[in-house]
Amino acid sequence: MSSGPAPVLAAELIRWSWIGDHLDDIRAALVQHVQLTVLAVLLGLLLAFPLALAAVRWPRLYGPILGLTGVLFTIPSLALFILLIPFTGLQIQTALIGLTIYTLLILVRNIVEGLRGVDRDVREAAEAMGFAPARQLFQVELPLALPVIMAGVRIATVTTIGLVTVTALIGWGGLGQLFIEGFTLNFGTPIVVGIVLSALLAFTADLLLVGLQHRLTPWARSGGR
Amino acid sequence: MITFESVTKRFPDGTTAVAELDLEVPEGDLTVLVGPSGCGKTTTLRMINRMIEATSGRIVVDGQDVASVDPPELRRRIGYVIQQVGLFPHRTIGENIATVPELVGWDKQRTRDRVGELLEVVGLPAEVRDRYPHQLSGGQRQRVGVARALAVDPPIMLMDEPFGAVDPIVRSRLQDEFLRLQQEVRKTIVFVTHDIDEAIKMGDRIAILRQGGHLEQYAPPDELLADPANDFVADFLGAERGLKRLALIPVSAVKAEPGPVVSPDDDGRRALAAAEAYGGDWVVVVDDDRRLLGWAHAREVAERGRVGDAEIRPFQLQVRADDSLRAALNAMVQSHAGVAVRVSDGDRYEGLVTLELLSREIS
Repeated sequence: MSSGPAPVLAAELIRWSWIGDHLDDIRAALVQHVQLTVLAVLLGLLLAFPLALAAVRWPRLYGPILGLTGVLFTIPSLALFILLIPFTGLQIQTALIGLTIYTLLILVRNIVEGLRGVDRDVREAAEAMGFAPARQLFQVELPLALPVIMAGVRIATVTTIGLVTVTALIGWGGLGQLFIEGFTLNFGTPIVVGIVLSALLAFTADLLLVGLQHRLTPWARSGGR
Repeated sequence: MITFESVTKRFPDGTTAVAELDLEVPEGDLTVLVGPSGCGKTTTLRMINRMIEATSGRIVVDGQDVASVDPPELRRRIGYVIQQVGLFPHRTIGENIATVPELVGWDKQRTRDRVGELLEVVGLPAEVRDRYPHQLSGGQRQRVGVARALAVDPPIMLMDEPFGAVDPIVRSRLQDEFLRLQQEVRKTIVFVTHDIDEAIKMGDRIAILRQGGHLEQYAPPDELLADPANDFVADFLGAERGLKRLALIPVSAVKAEPGPVVSPDDDGRRALAAAEAYGGDWVVVVDDDRRLLGWAHAREVAERGRVGDAEIRPFQLQVRADDSLRAALNAMVQSHAGVAVRVSDGDRYEGLVTLELLSREIS
């Protein structure tokens, strides 16, 4: 542990001057990473909701829907993007389609489980009070399913932040581009910056979502009797 | 008024929950549907607000066939209380109570005033308004359930074992309070329970249902206990039918005997004669205003010479006109002489109730 090779390695890994010179690139990569993640999760929610509602309404559909999203989830990400390229080219759509598909399994399952977890008595009471079905969904069932849905959104978000680095291979990778740069130049600093920033991003996003959930569910936090 | 006209409910699996039911629920009465599990009582209840659709027959609420009304609209006009209460956990107590006013579009101020009023009606402190359901006790939640059902003052209330989820002491208190409330609001109520004692206590009329949804008897509790239509009803009412019935009949229903009454100034001979005439060895002592003083041994009076000189012992239990005959029976078994002493509100002596009078009334 004396003045051995460690500092030398560190010096090679992190060249602060490179970071200073490339601040704009790093910022652009980070912004793109956030954009891709937010868009993918939002699109995922948009698709997952109707699928989940259909699965709740017609339980027979739940198996096939979960099966399909499950199969999609197991396709290796790299393979999926390569499969998509012939259809969508090296466009942002390719990245988004892939990323969105990966959020579906988590989101559909959590929305369905969240809605199913709503107490039967509560649902019956709502019906008996005279809620019309849509209003009951939005004012009673979804709010009560929110903790489980938000848990899904958190997992989907963090997973997507990790996956975005892979889409760098088709040219839309946010921080992933820093990895590619590091590998091509055989130079560690961009890779370290990419890893640290995507980890920080995942952590921050999760924290923000927890905060959002806390704010949206005041009833769940006010302690027991 | 709610009328069932040969209503049948068959479920897709082929079971018949309710069979050709004809039933009339009078306006302003509390009608209890009671029976063992599987007798279709809850199904019957839920067909009224179309939580369950009847297979055939007609249900008419205030002259209108329920099948012709849009279910959400129908339900907003019918209060509903269930055993598990089903409060919305994500809404405060105030918001829970305001559910139906909101659905029918009351303005904010009117809703707020009504919530405050209802909290008072069901006996909850105003500060629970901003709490969430899980912060309340079971009994309090049950009250909120009743308040929520009453919110837009619906003429009809459906109650499915509304006091089933709380302990017996709280239940009995909630029942009493609800009966008092019903005296004031006079809703048309259909009340489901499996507990015959609750049915007898709560019901103006009781419908006894049997498995498969057959109506076995429909009558006021007193009539039911006095004259069960068949063995099923008699069994269901239980072995203590006579005692249960006594609980429903007021003391004023039997004519009290005058009894061996003397005043403190009467002498021993008078006391002995009175006791003998009554067929006992004791006398009831009242003052000049007929206020009850107690009782004395006739022989002791004879020895001392005057009623006032003998020891006058108090009656441990006394009954009043509006007490039940069951309370009178209790007073009898606890009294030395086997009689219940009836007094007025001003503690004036009104006579004696005996076992003989009592069994003549109920047989």
